[in-house]
Amino acid sequence: MGINKRLTRLTLATIGAFALSSTIALADADDNELVIEGAKMTTMVEGAKDGPLDEVYSGWRFRSEETQALETDDFDNPAFSAVDRGKELWTTVTGSKGKSCSSCHDKAEDTMKGVRASMPKWDKDLGKPITLEQQINECRTDRLGAEKIKFDHADMLAMTSYIGLQSRGMPVNIDTSGPMTEWAEKGKKIYYTRVGQLDMSCANCHEDNYGKRIRADHLSQGQINGFPTYRLKWNGLGSVHRRFKGCMKNIRAKPFKVGSDEFVALELYVASRGQGLSVETPAVRN
Amino acid sequence: MKKSFVIAFAAAGAVLLGATYSQAGSHSNTVSPEMAMIKDGTFEKSLTGGAGDAEKGKKTFANRKLGNCLACHANKDLASQPFHGEVGPSLDGVAGRYEEKQLRAIMINSKSVLGEATIMPSFYRLENGIRTMKKFKGKTILNAEQVEDVIAYLKTLK
Repeated sequence: MGINKRLTRLTLATIGAFALSSTIALADADDNELVIEGAKMTTMVEGAKDGPLDEVYSGWRFRSEETQALETDDFDNPAFSAVDRGKELWTTVTGSKGKSCSSCHDKAEDTMKGVRASMPKWDKDLGKPITLEQQINECRTDRLGAEKIKFDHADMLAMTSYIGLQSRGMPVNIDTSGPMTEWAEKGKKIYYTRVGQLDMSCANCHEDNYGKRIRADHLSQGQINGFPTYRLKWNGLGSVHRRFKGCMKNIRAKPFKVGSDEFVALELYVASRGQGLSVETPAVRN
Repeated sequence: MKKSFVIAFAAAGAVLLGATYSQAGSHSNTVSPEMAMIKDGTFEKSLTGGAGDAEKGKKTFANRKLGNCLACHANKDLASQPFHGEVGPSLDGVAGRYEEKQLRAIMINSKSVLGEATIMPSFYRLENGIRTMKKFKGKTILNAEQVEDVIAYLKTLK
């Protein structure tokens, strides 16, 4: 798939903007439109009146045209070998109970629609919100009789990308009401707390300075509507929590643990900042 | 590079202990981070008691593990290096905009001059964010000599 084909997918106006991008567009999100396999994605929404952002942008709008193009075509999107693997795993019997995901959930295309868009979600039994990975693990241990696997295990990423794909194009729709409020507040507190020797909070980069270059990187709003995301830097897919960890290390802070209450709360809060953006799972970023 | 990094922190450690000797040339009259209190947005006295080395300062400025100043600030004097940041103001002509005592204060404790909301790290302060990694705990980002070297370099940006 050549660059020419990719570029023809982008509008002429877009190409015009690209020509100017080294001087003008760098200061902000670009104006490109994301169309994946013919379906138009929402990559910008007005922020909530009492919210922190006037305009909410998908990270896609801050990436280079070449990286952007990789997400527009499932054949080009390097995450799709994992998606295919996830599809296979969906119907593969695993664990001591002789069942697969499809034994209970039938066709993922039907039953998993909208799941990614509304995770993390309240778990009544645990009395706290859980992420998609934790929900999968709960199914594995309780219903399949299988072992838990880590968030960034290849099989987990195959499952989260495959399940996430069923929500692609749907608006992020996180419930922060009721018992979730306290957790969203907890995540918010973490978001605005300065950490590490470099003494920065999430907000310092992703709220106060998005759209600017920090060395070779173009700072986005840190939206997570595309996770698990294929990062070119990782040469693979990764979970939201892995991305959080990387940010904290950059600031010379000791990261919270993947799957910890802190990161679940942060994921919940950050997801809620992206209400209304299209789920782009599995997105491609640099 | 790794060696100088280690020495740099060894020096910072020595400063913390109030030692009067060090491998990296801290002087007996080195001002410790605790004593480097900013007054009215300025800090008059050299942290080492002497003038910094602008050539060394230029290297510290560009080094990603030390000053990493280009991450946020553009600087034409280092045009040979790619990818200058846009988060902070350009440092072209910074010597004409700030006096040495102001530059020193910003370097030591950016928040005390630019306000609490600034994203800029404080390069010679011990109280930073929570959960600082073990290997950086109780250490300043730069040691006194490195701060003075960077100030000497900034003074050349006219």
